[in-house]
Amino acid sequence: MEFPVHTSPYGQLPNNVTRLMGQVLLALVPGIIALVYYFGWGVIINICIAITTAVAAEAGILHLRKRPILPTLMDLSAVVTAVLLAIALPPLLPWWMTVLGVLFAIIMVKHLYGGLGYNPFNPAMAAYVLLLVSFPLSMTRWLPPEMLNQYPLDFLQSLTIIFGGQFPDNLTWDAITSATPLDEMRTRLEMHQTISELSQSPLWGDFGGRGWEWIGNWFLIGGLFLLWRKVISWHIPVAMIAGLLLSAGIFWMIDPEAMPSPAFHLFSGGMILGAFFIATDPVTASTTPRGRIIYGFLIGVTVYIIRTWGGYPDAVAFAVLLMNMAAPTIDYYTKPKVFGAREDKDG
Amino acid sequence: MLTAILVIAALSASFGLLLGYSAIRFKVEGDPLVDQIDAILPQTQCGQCGFAGCRPYAEAIAAGEADINLCPPGGEAGMLALADLLGKEPVPLENESNTSSVKSIAYIREDECIGCTLCIQACPVDAIVGAAKQMHTVIADQCTGCELCVPPCPVECIDMVPVKTTLSNWKWPFPDSMEQEPKTQEQGS
Amino acid sequence: MITQNPGRWDFHGGIHRPDRKSLSAGKFLGKLPLPEILTLPLQQHIGSTAEPAVTAGEQVHKGQIIARTTEYIGAPIHAPTSGTILGIEERPVPHPSGLNAPCILLQADGKDAWGELPEPLPQYADLDPSLLRERIRWAGIVGLGGAAFPTSVKLNHGPDRPIQTLVINGAECEPYITCDDLLMREQADRIVEGIKILLHVVEAEECLIGIEDNKPEAIAAMQQAVAESALRNVQVVQVATRYPMGGEKQLIKVLTGKEVPSHGIPAEIGVICINVATAAAVTDAVIAGRPLLSRLVTVTGEGIANPGNLEVAFGTSLSQVIAHAGGYTDLAYKLILGGPMMGFTLGNDQVPMTKGANCLLLAGKEEAPDPDKALPCIRCGKCVEVCPAQLLPQQLYWYARAKDLDKTREYNLFDCIECGCCSWVCPSHIPLVQYYRFAKTETWAMEKEKQQAEEARRRHEARTERLERLEQERKARLRQKKEALEKKTARGAADPKKAAIEAAMKRVAEKKARQSRENEER
Repeated sequence: MEFPVHTSPYGQLPNNVTRLMGQVLLALVPGIIALVYYFGWGVIINICIAITTAVAAEAGILHLRKRPILPTLMDLSAVVTAVLLAIALPPLLPWWMTVLGVLFAIIMVKHLYGGLGYNPFNPAMAAYVLLLVSFPLSMTRWLPPEMLNQYPLDFLQSLTIIFGGQFPDNLTWDAITSATPLDEMRTRLEMHQTISELSQSPLWGDFGGRGWEWIGNWFLIGGLFLLWRKVISWHIPVAMIAGLLLSAGIFWMIDPEAMPSPAFHLFSGGMILGAFFIATDPVTASTTPRGRIIYGFLIGVTVYIIRTWGGYPDAVAFAVLLMNMAAPTIDYYTKPKVFGAREDKDG
Repeated sequence: MLTAILVIAALSASFGLLLGYSAIRFKVEGDPLVDQIDAILPQTQCGQCGFAGCRPYAEAIAAGEADINLCPPGGEAGMLALADLLGKEPVPLENESNTSSVKSIAYIREDECIGCTLCIQACPVDAIVGAAKQMHTVIADQCTGCELCVPPCPVECIDMVPVKTTLSNWKWPFPDSMEQEPKTQEQGS
Repeated sequence: MITQNPGRWDFHGGIHRPDRKSLSAGKFLGKLPLPEILTLPLQQHIGSTAEPAVTAGEQVHKGQIIARTTEYIGAPIHAPTSGTILGIEERPVPHPSGLNAPCILLQADGKDAWGELPEPLPQYADLDPSLLRERIRWAGIVGLGGAAFPTSVKLNHGPDRPIQTLVINGAECEPYITCDDLLMREQADRIVEGIKILLHVVEAEECLIGIEDNKPEAIAAMQQAVAESALRNVQVVQVATRYPMGGEKQLIKVLTGKEVPSHGIPAEIGVICINVATAAAVTDAVIAGRPLLSRLVTVTGEGIANPGNLEVAFGTSLSQVIAHAGGYTDLAYKLILGGPMMGFTLGNDQVPMTKGANCLLLAGKEEAPDPDKALPCIRCGKCVEVCPAQLLPQQLYWYARAKDLDKTREYNLFDCIECGCCSWVCPSHIPLVQYYRFAKTETWAMEKEKQQAEEARRRHEARTERLERLEQERKARLRQKKEALEKKTARGAADPKKAAIEAAMKRVAEKKARQSRENEER
């Protein structure tokens, strides 16, 4: 009898991309639930808009590129990009801005560079930056956390605002939005208030912004799940957190009244999300083990620098994009020592 | 204003002197470019480029008198290597029809050989052994497959035989990563 | 220098797979009866192909050499039984290319009669190691772990590379394979005798036998045999079960802590690594004077009715081996020669057993599913995590795919042991090892072409020089001739012939003048 001829190795391969991406989505669920609890239904609506747009956009561009559509969609990478972007956006962002961001991420940042595996920049972060720079007002309209919210919105109301821009009960943007802890911190520090004064504000929780710190924790649970399942390696999250804590720690010890504590920085903004889900995007990060540590560490330091002295309150997106640029160089200089490498590098 | 002019003039003069001195002191003897080009050429010495061998072609390329796409045995890879070396744009090959991608070796049908030595004189690498009125034969290891021996033979007893793939010269094929289809291989293909 | 606490080191990377050894472990299905016709490929080892030493029609004895190599790296081939040589023809051979190769066809006469064998050497300890190496070379012994490198060449480490440690490889790290395990359980003393001989040949100070911890019976058997032999410097070391623990470089690192240099051989660091089955074959060659004629093979997988290990003579068709192990089941989907990580598939079973065949894996569809379409590389770095050679498989992939062979060389392509760990863990299911295999053979082919081109250039230059020289000589000869001619014309007056003519003409003129004066006087 004749047998088929294939190449080694033989067996059921243990990993596949769809499972990997699926586990990332699963790990995001606790954080998303926390977001919904603290900030209402807007997040879910944004996620739905983003996923729909992403899948449709990817199908469209694959058709134009004459590539197989279903196998590529099944790898779930577009869905992950969409969800990460939607989580990063303010909950009541107008629907067409979300759509714009997702289209930019999928079509321009991912497929025009060659598709999965070929893009040098993180699509979700590039889209976030596009929206932030183009629509600064809308992108900074954050809601107060649940415990401070005087005008909680239900699902239908959120839907109307996102799709129609219509506010219920004569509410306005100013009435329902509030500054984020990072934003508030910056403004008040510029007004030369001290940290002790600031922590009296109702926006302050135990160690970070009220509500926000808990979201950080829930994303942390997801991140630890990914580490346990070996979807991501420890190098980038640990290095990124270390980079931030180290730089924040040094300056906080120098002047604890003018510089927020490292714990504050860690649990504010997109830091935990960034450390475990965004910076660990394998396509755009460094690949060698030592390189990943350097990459993560530099992201952490850059986040602190931009937050403290840069123009924007949160800096994870910018830091990640900057380090995406550096990743190939980092890889080049951190090649691991080959087994049996000779001293004279001969042969 | 005058000081500026004088300073610039002095700077350019000193740099000019430095460059001139370096050009003389560190001048490279010989013409290494020709050697580099010759190292890329396949040394088939077949003359298909129109020059009397690989070295004359290399010299012509270095002098700018010949283009880099005239060598069929070197193939696409050779042309690209030359383009890379000289910093030129790749040019499509001239006459690809002359050589197939599989290398061939000359083989003399000894029953028909008349011992005229015309093929011996034609071979650019002296790969044919023989003498007047004696048997001629091709040393297979030395034959470059240039086919220059085939036209002179008056009895047309030279064949170009493709080199057989054996276990010792078989190469793993390039994997087609996007389409892994199971194929049943015939034993002995 | 005895290694302290051998086995305490570890190698980077590696993978765990369910070892599936219970299918065939410890099961001996007996010695396969000799077939009627044996097909013996001339290439059963790394190195130069053997050349036939017999012709069609010749009668041979069992153990007689039927093919020899003239080059250094090679091994002779012997007749596994007595009979008549039918001829030397191209036949299908077990090779990933699926090509045919020259084979010696032997028709067994049923007598299985030994011919003249060299004398047994039980007192090998008194003999010079080079003599023993000659005997091992004569016996056609090659590495029976699968690589089939000629053992006598490996044992010839040379005087500038003294050996401290002899490593015996009993790891058998690939899933499914259990033939070494069985050999260690049943014939531990034969292996230990071989170790004694090898220790004498390489003059090593110690011997470390590495066995994975999923083989407790083999470990116990070998420990007992070592204890009974009263060898003080031989030690059985239990190592962790992880693929590819049995890779030579990896096992040496784990047992001795030393890393074999990149592009180098273990002898450079004073180590030689020999497989347990090879050691046992050395015993036969030295103690009994018998050559390598057969080996243990594992036949296993869902596709075989009766999995186990068999002793098979070389040249036996695989179809007979499979039949003896119960034949195919309905589940048989692929025929793999070797293990599931480094083996290769065969299109059919009409090929012969060779020295390097350690396992026949008849895999079912679940055991060896069809490969998926490969997705693009997502740069996840899992391949880097598992590579036992500490390479960057990802970079090698990108460069091999771009056919940038110089860059693959720079990233140490030739240190890749083709273990398959990287392909195994890749989430995109990219056939990574295939790219490296392609890059390696392509690089070798290019180097060969370069050498030939260099040779052609030298010959062309020599020819051009010769023709020019001949031309110069011809011109010189012509010039000489011309000069000689010119000299002659310059000396024209002193020419003797001319002088004689002139003298004669003078005499005639004088005579005439005298006669005319005499006529005037009358």
